Amino acid sequence: MTAGVLEATLQAKIADSKKCLLPYITAGCDGWLEAVYAAAEAGADAVEVGLPFSDPVMDGPIIQQASDLALSQGTTPESIIAAIGNSHFEIPLVAMTYYNIAFHMGHERFASSLKAAGFSAAILADLPVGEAELWINAAGEVKLETVFLAAPTSSPKRCQLIAEKSQGFIYAVGLLGVTGEREKLAASTAVIAQRLKNITDKPVLVGVGISTPANAVKAAAVSDGVVVGSALVRILLETKSPEAVGEAVKRFRVALDNV
Amino acid sequence: MSEAAVLQNDPGSTGRFGQFGGCYIPETLVPACQELESAFRAAWSDPAFRDELDGLLSSYAGRPSPLTHCQRLSEDIGAEIYLKREDLNHTGSHKINNVLGQALLARRMGKTRLVAETGAGQHGVATATAAALFGLECEVYMGEVDMERQALNVFRMRLLGAVVRPATTGSRTLKDAVNEALRDWVATVETTHYCLGSVMGPHPYPWMVREFHRVIGSEARQQCLDLFGALPDLVVACVGGGSNAAGIFSGFATDPQVDLVGVEPEGAATVVRRVPGVLHGSMSYLLQDEHGQVLEAESISAGLDYPGVGPEHAHLASIGRAKYFSVNDQEVADAFALLSRTEGIVPALEPAHALAWVSKQRHDLAGRKVLINLSGRGDKDADQMMKYFAQ
Repeated sequence: MTAGVLEATLQAKIADSKKCLLPYITAGCDGWLEAVYAAAEAGADAVEVGLPFSDPVMDGPIIQQASDLALSQGTTPESIIAAIGNSHFEIPLVAMTYYNIAFHMGHERFASSLKAAGFSAAILADLPVGEAELWINAAGEVKLETVFLAAPTSSPKRCQLIAEKSQGFIYAVGLLGVTGEREKLAASTAVIAQRLKNITDKPVLVGVGISTPANAVKAAAVSDGVVVGSALVRILLETKSPEAVGEAVKRFRVALDNV
Repeated sequence: MSEAAVLQNDPGSTGRFGQFGGCYIPETLVPACQELESAFRAAWSDPAFRDELDGLLSSYAGRPSPLTHCQRLSEDIGAEIYLKREDLNHTGSHKINNVLGQALLARRMGKTRLVAETGAGQHGVATATAAALFGLECEVYMGEVDMERQALNVFRMRLLGAVVRPATTGSRTLKDAVNEALRDWVATVETTHYCLGSVMGPHPYPWMVREFHRVIGSEARQQCLDLFGALPDLVVACVGGGSNAAGIFSGFATDPQVDLVGVEPEGAATVVRRVPGVLHGSMSYLLQDEHGQVLEAESISAGLDYPGVGPEHAHLASIGRAKYFSVNDQEVADAFALLSRTEGIVPALEPAHALAWVSKQRHDLAGRKVLINLSGRGDKDADQMMKYFAQ
């Protein structure tokens, strides 16, 4: 199978001996769309757009708060897809949400509306590979890549399965826990990243707990790059300033480029 | 496949009851659920494990629980009413059956800590009890709203040595407590067993929890045969997540002449409304808005205040083997008082839903033998109902 847009983009970066940077923004917070633009301009290789769900069990306090706020302001999957559809980005976008949003809209309809709006890929945080066949088929029909998560608890055998199924990149969950900022990089980050790097040529990006440029550099040393979420969403919630988000992304970009 | 096989099945490694069930959770927890499934399979077919659990159920929990024929209530309603007295178990509800099983299993798996969610506090109290008994650490998440309306159970859990943490997001009830328990487990899975309190969640929980509550149905079936030489015409139980109903239904599901009825609160009538969805690990029926966002359930009873339902109930409803109805808070309050006055038994608000439906349907039940699962006692609800009746 030929690589999709997201994977091709990340592979090109890796071939250039650079590290990948994927900022995450919860859609529906004040200034979210401008923040996605700002992140793209600040040097993101792709941006993850969170479609808020009422019960985000993989997310810590910051993204929970952002999701609640977005939902209370009337954000819906359709309103986010429409906003993205009316925008233009030079880099790939990845939709991140929970499975019930896709299941409720219907696999085919959800996959095709994401694709039509300009998303390249999707991540469904509570859809493990074992339950994903119907979704993968529907997404594959419209050439939407599906990124799967691998965790520190995933055995080498499971990592193999996840690496086979995952498209775009493999999302290595860096620690045992939900999303959120951590002062130190967990020791498990290197273990899971290495486990995946040993078995796949697909890009391996580490996410969860990457809250500072210094942590990002450490995580990228054992992987192909990082996903940064809560640290940026916190800035957006506190400042409501897309520019501040862009500046933060820039700091991550500079740190990763100067390794 | 025969109907019996469909009904009493082992949901296999995929955890499916028809189209419902499965294992929809973040990858971090998938290996833990797989480990739990194989540990449970091994334990459940190990006579030593079964003997130890049976021993605890009788010497510690007080099983078998009696079957009570309600003379005065039967006269009032015009049907023969029998109660399976799970209210007489240690800790005051059926929840102890499941918790003792899971605590034994946790110990067998080498886990040193239990985490649990609780609504009314009955499952939390049962979990804290088992943790104390086995010397395990215990943390219980409970919605902030529920901590208020069930203050007595919060005190009991703390007295038993558990840490009780409020769930402060969303509706601040049972659903949010499950979210917090799952988030805890994602971070602590190596040392912690998630002692889930109902027949919901990712595989193997819906199946495992039903098996731990099967004792309710097995005892009740034999007690009916001993007491009146026949099976009941109707078995009625309340349904939130659905564990007490799953337990008593399991004794009669393969007897087609026995009607099975699950009763939900009007504000959490998940099975009655039949919209499929995925929450907390399984595909089942789910209260949700037109965008797939989960709706807040609303009920007088904290234990049934949940927008989902166990996947086997969705299956039983979809194949028509069990029927599900709802009752409103006023009907529940009336039933709460009715059983207290006619039989000297104060029921928990949860099984008062089952009583309320029977009372409401009395014109259709004339002369029939009705078995109700009295899943818990009402002491915990006394304070709340005192205020309710005062209004």
